[in-house]
Amino acid sequence: MTDNNTLSAVEGIKVRSRLLRGTLVESLADPITGALAEDDQMLIKFHGSYQQDDRDIREERRQQKLEPAYSFMIRTRLPGGVCSPAQWLALDGLADQYANGSLRLTTRQAFQLHGVIKRELKPTIAAMNAVLIDTIAACGDVNRNVMSAANPHISGAHAEALEWARRLSEHLLPKTHAYHEIWLDGVRVDEVRVDEGAGELGESATGESEPIYGPTYLPRKFKAAIAVPPLNDVDIFSQDLGFIAIIEDGKLIGFNLCVGGGMGSTHGDTTTFPRLADVIGFVTPDQLLAAAEAVVTAQRDFGNRIVRKHARLKYTIETHGIDWFKAEVEQRLSFRFAAARAFHFEHSGDRFGWVRGESGNWHLTVRIEAGRVADRNGRNWRQALAAIARIHDGEFRITPNQNLIIANVADAQRAGIDALLQTHGVDAGTAQSPLRLNALACVSYPTCPLAMAEAERYLPDFGAKLELLLVQHGLRDVPIGLRITGCPNGCARPFLAEIALVGKAPGRYNLYLGGDRRGQRLNALYRENIVEADILATLDPLLADFARGRSGDEGFADFLIRSEAIPAPPSVQFAASTRQSAERAL
Amino acid sequence: MKATSIHPIAEALPEIVALRDKLSWLSDGLDVRSLLWISGYAAGLAAAQQQGNVAAVAAEPAAAALSILYGSQTGNAKRAAEKLHDQALQAGIAARLLRLDDYTPKQLAAERSVWLVVSTQGDGDPSDDARRFVDVLRSKRAPRLPQLRYAVLGLGDASYPKFCEIGRIIDERLTELGATRWFARGEADVDIVSVLEPWSRQALEIARDELATPNAVASVTPIRARSNANSWHRDQPFAAEVLANQRITARDSAKDVRHIELSLAESGISYEPGDALGVWPENSAQSVQAVLSASRLQPEAAVTVGEHTRPLGEWLQREREIGKLSRPFLQKLAERSGSAELQHLLAAEQRAGLSSFLSTHRILDVLRAHPTGWDATSLVTALGPLAPRLYSIASSRKQVDDEVHLTVATIAWEAHGSTHHGVASDWLSTRTAEQDKVRVYIEPNTRFRLPANPETDLIMIGPGTGVAPFRAFVQERAAIGATGRHWLFFGNQHFSSQFLYQVEWQEALKRGQLQRLDLAFSRDQAEKIYVQDRLRQQARALYAWLQNGAHVYVCGDATNMAGDVHRALVDVIEHERGGGREDAEAYLAELDSAHRYLRDVY
Ligand code: SRM
Ligand SMILES: Cc1cc2nc3c(=O)[nH]c(=O)nc-3n(C[C@H](O)[C@H](O)[C@H](O)COP(=O)(O)OP(=O)(O)OC[C@H]3O[C@@H](n4cnc5c(N)ncnc54)[C@H](O)[C@@H]3O)c2cc1C
Ligand SMILES: Cc1cc2nc3c(=O)[nH]c(=O)nc-3n(C[C@H](O)[C@H](O)[C@H](O)COP(=O)(O)O)c2cc1C
Ligand code: SF4
Repeated sequence: MTDNNTLSAVEGIKVRSRLLRGTLVESLADPITGALAEDDQMLIKFHGSYQQDDRDIREERRQQKLEPAYSFMIRTRLPGGVCSPAQWLALDGLADQYANGSLRLTTRQAFQLHGVIKRELKPTIAAMNAVLIDTIAACGDVNRNVMSAANPHISGAHAEALEWARRLSEHLLPKTHAYHEIWLDGVRVDEVRVDEGAGELGESATGESEPIYGPTYLPRKFKAAIAVPPLNDVDIFSQDLGFIAIIEDGKLIGFNLCVGGGMGSTHGDTTTFPRLADVIGFVTPDQLLAAAEAVVTAQRDFGNRIVRKHARLKYTIETHGIDWFKAEVEQRLSFRFAAARAFHFEHSGDRFGWVRGESGNWHLTVRIEAGRVADRNGRNWRQALAAIARIHDGEFRITPNQNLIIANVADAQRAGIDALLQTHGVDAGTAQSPLRLNALACVSYPTCPLAMAEAERYLPDFGAKLELLLVQHGLRDVPIGLRITGCPNGCARPFLAEIALVGKAPGRYNLYLGGDRRGQRLNALYRENIVEADILATLDPLLADFARGRSGDEGFADFLIRSEAIPAPPSVQFAASTRQSAERAL
Repeated sequence: MKATSIHPIAEALPEIVALRDKLSWLSDGLDVRSLLWISGYAAGLAAAQQQGNVAAVAAEPAAAALSILYGSQTGNAKRAAEKLHDQALQAGIAARLLRLDDYTPKQLAAERSVWLVVSTQGDGDPSDDARRFVDVLRSKRAPRLPQLRYAVLGLGDASYPKFCEIGRIIDERLTELGATRWFARGEADVDIVSVLEPWSRQALEIARDELATPNAVASVTPIRARSNANSWHRDQPFAAEVLANQRITARDSAKDVRHIELSLAESGISYEPGDALGVWPENSAQSVQAVLSASRLQPEAAVTVGEHTRPLGEWLQREREIGKLSRPFLQKLAERSGSAELQHLLAAEQRAGLSSFLSTHRILDVLRAHPTGWDATSLVTALGPLAPRLYSIASSRKQVDDEVHLTVATIAWEAHGSTHHGVASDWLSTRTAEQDKVRVYIEPNTRFRLPANPETDLIMIGPGTGVAPFRAFVQERAAIGATGRHWLFFGNQHFSSQFLYQVEWQEALKRGQLQRLDLAFSRDQAEKIYVQDRLRQQARALYAWLQNGAHVYVCGDATNMAGDVHRALVDVIEHERGGGREDAEAYLAELDSAHRYLRDVY
């Protein structure tokens, strides 16, 4: 265990927080500022919210002798991204009542509201809970929203996968009462003292405890997902903990377990890097929760609590080695992992338009650019989806690619839904080029405090320009994966993309090339800190070569590597280790 | 007597000690001018004694043959009284000048001849310095005054329903008390000189005949004190450079409030927290243009008034009030246009109707509504002179040395088919740093001062721009390391866009320069919340502060806020003392006369 004197500051805040209470109640009540006390800004993440400010007007307000325009982003916990029409309508209402008039579908299949001011934070979170959507552990050093394949070919196996995602999310929830106390006027357990002796299990004076996490929770955020081949929409190898569903003649027999994925890195700091998860074995469904808990507690005990930058599971594994980690996890279990089974992914994108599922019901996947559900310049997505929610009796499914599936639609309903989309100036997007349909962009400006360059607001613009280039090279209909993020934290999983722009400074990006369309290969830095013109000028000749030399339906990055236009990405050894374990299984 | 031991001359000549005590009753409460005058007069006495006619002089110890008393809020009545005083002295009248808060009706019983110059504030209320005087005068405690002859000059603004109310009240009450009205009351509207001049001419003629003493004229050699600082004044303003003009309400705020920083470098001007800055505005090019076209005149036309000849455009831009409508102008317009409607409004019995008309119409509105063939000269003479506006100083020199800061709300509104702008606030808000200069002078407000004792607590109630002087207060008390506590009540419509100086107050709280900050943002929730509501919520703590000797300061809107806050304070005191309404009002009145309840409202 790590030495107390050198623990990172955040660890101290967690210890003092009395199981995530801190002084949140006092901070929320302080009328002098729209912000929270410093420690509480860290703690509120565990409750599913981040303090932010409108960066577009930060300087203007400084000159006006006003504090920044503080507001809060609220993120829901929504395993597998599934919600009911009633829940959709409730959130849609909150977008106007308390937020900035839009809903944001995230890359982890959740909703975000932006621009909620401090004094309206509590009513907003309470209103969400009123329709059974909570926000606890949507952020913070705990297990985040659990993703699950959103493949519209909904089958029994997918339904099971989703069910396991829900159970996993529940199993790894913090057990503190703080959330209910603060947001839902639950009984106020005032004097919760966590004495560090019994702290290992986070027992508190009131019997309140965190049996899995302990009083200081995890060293860092932790992310889990379930993939159902052949679709890798959840980018399973970017997760701390991944389960790859193994289906034999239509039945879910278990999961391959992979650990240690992650995207986040810091410009110019080679001790931080994206990493692909390693497949370490196979578990049967009934072993899933125990296996997950063992991985979590191993990371709890061995994760780096001194240097936050190195606190993710991927670094724990890098430090101790994958074999050591596998052994550490197994000795916390009553069973050994079986050998991983064969699996095959085709791609990580969405399949747009109407699709019929096993049950005979229909599912419509619609393209929501950068996940922003808003009524803008004639394309009134919010109105359209609210109208649909009023007549829809299936459910909504947010995809890991920030898109939306209107799921379980009876034959009779299809026409009505198409009509509603049309009357609001929107459609599924099937006519758009594959480039535009599959592109991802993180939120970035104006709300993200870590943003270095535009992303969501830049995607439409850059997408159009790159599309033009493709058209010129006759590549308009070739699926090429583009992802843009405002910084190297990688919220749109850019390091798995064939082409990625990663923000460096306003208007300047690092250009990455080399990911594959199955989410199994990292890309690599190709050009550093360049502006739009240079980005396009750099891609132009490469696309020209691709247009000429492409064999069959070869992917853009596959071609670049084959033709040695780019070296095989440096981080490929991680991808290799993955392949090996996968191959070992074969 | 302890004082004598440290007074060499007194030791040498004990009789001077006695004399000084004799003099003290006379000199008590006299302002600098009067004391200086007495020094001169004393010199005169000395000269006279050498000529041997001791008796004559000794027989007249009450040196002042005439007392000029004034009550003034924003300095107009004060200036008028000072002018009268100077002229009286020049005319050889042994006059003394006194402010009404240093004077009680009892003293009137010892007077022969008095002039009173008083303004009306609030809704027909006395200026703060005259409140107690007027209360006592109207009460049964007021003495009979058969020996007294007096004359009253009232200052006011005809756009208020109770025009020159206080002047009238005093005038009528003194007659009731048996005093003789020396000559008719004057009632000065915003265009003060046009009434002041004829009134003082008449006053001086009458007084000279009856009061002037030839040898006093000869022997009185008043000594004038003129420090560099005072060399800049209302009629000789300093051209201050604009250092900053920063909007301090957010983009989504309907109100546009400016933080303005001016440089007083090289002016030698000094000011105290609580003082106001007088600003001479100019009319905007657009408003001048609008008046020109409404009166169908050309800007080039040369116009001579008095000894000045200027193009009409310049008269309108720099010399004449073309925004606020005044009674005299309406009078002239009525005569020219022969409009029955205006004639009717101006009829004596129309006071209320007229005042509401004056406050809801601008000069442009009536020029447009009643077109008449104007010629340039008659327009210029019909219009009143452009008057300076006052702004509470929002800075302490101890923190900003030779700068002065203001907090200015720019006002604009739609009426009668056009957008109107406040003359001065609009002009200030369009000044640009480095380029422009603003003509300014200090308007001291000795009634709105920090307590002498740095340990005294302050309760500061300043919603909207009323917060300005409290920025100066907190800066000053921080600079002198005052140990007294500070409690600020601030309010506005919206927290996010109108929390004036938010970051500075947050800093002050962190640094312990501000102990408490209570906020009332009226439109951030369903029910309206104002500072007076916060006062009531804080009753217990507030009363504890008062009992602990705190001074209460109120600044800002006079129309509603000042009254609401006053009532709230009475409620708080009544609630905490449980002694009933009268008891609470008496308690507050006590604070008032102890100069612990101070207001600067506009
Ligand atoms: C909304 C979302 C991007 C989107 O466009 O959808 C997002 C938005 C933010 N992410 Fe993220 N992340 C989002 C998915 C991701 C992913 C993708 C994933 O999880 O599959 C990653 C890469 C995977 C990983 O974790 O390595 C990701 C890696 C980060 C990191 C880097 C973590 C690291 O280990 O280095 C940060 C910064 C941090 O944690 O210090 C971060 C931080 C943030 C914050 C909260 C900025 C902050 O810390 O204040 C961003 C809020 C911006 C805003 O205004 O909304 N976000 N973030 C995604 C929300 C997912 C969810 O519903 O929970
Ligand atoms: C001692 C003192 C201190 C002051 N301190 C400050 C200060 O710190 N900050 C500050 O901003 N002001 C302060 N003022 C007020 C300031 O002096 C001016 O009165 C104010 O700026 C308006 O002047 P103006 O020339 O812009 O408007 P003017 O041209 O003088 O017009 C003002 C008149 O316009 C009319 N009017 C205004 N608004 C409306 C409306 N919405 N609808 C209809 N009619 C309207 C009213 O009749 C009002 O009297 C103070 C006043 C005094 C006496
Ligand atoms: C808040 C306020 C209220 C006023 N109320 C009246 C009033 O009721 N009747 C009136 O005749 N003048 C009123 N006036 C106008 C003043 O009497 C006028 O400006 C006068 O010149 C001020 O003189 P002073 O500076 O000596 O106080 C008011 C002025 C202010 C600022
Ligand atoms: S990638 Fe960076 S800029 Fe984009 S949302 Fe994540 S933290 Fe913000």
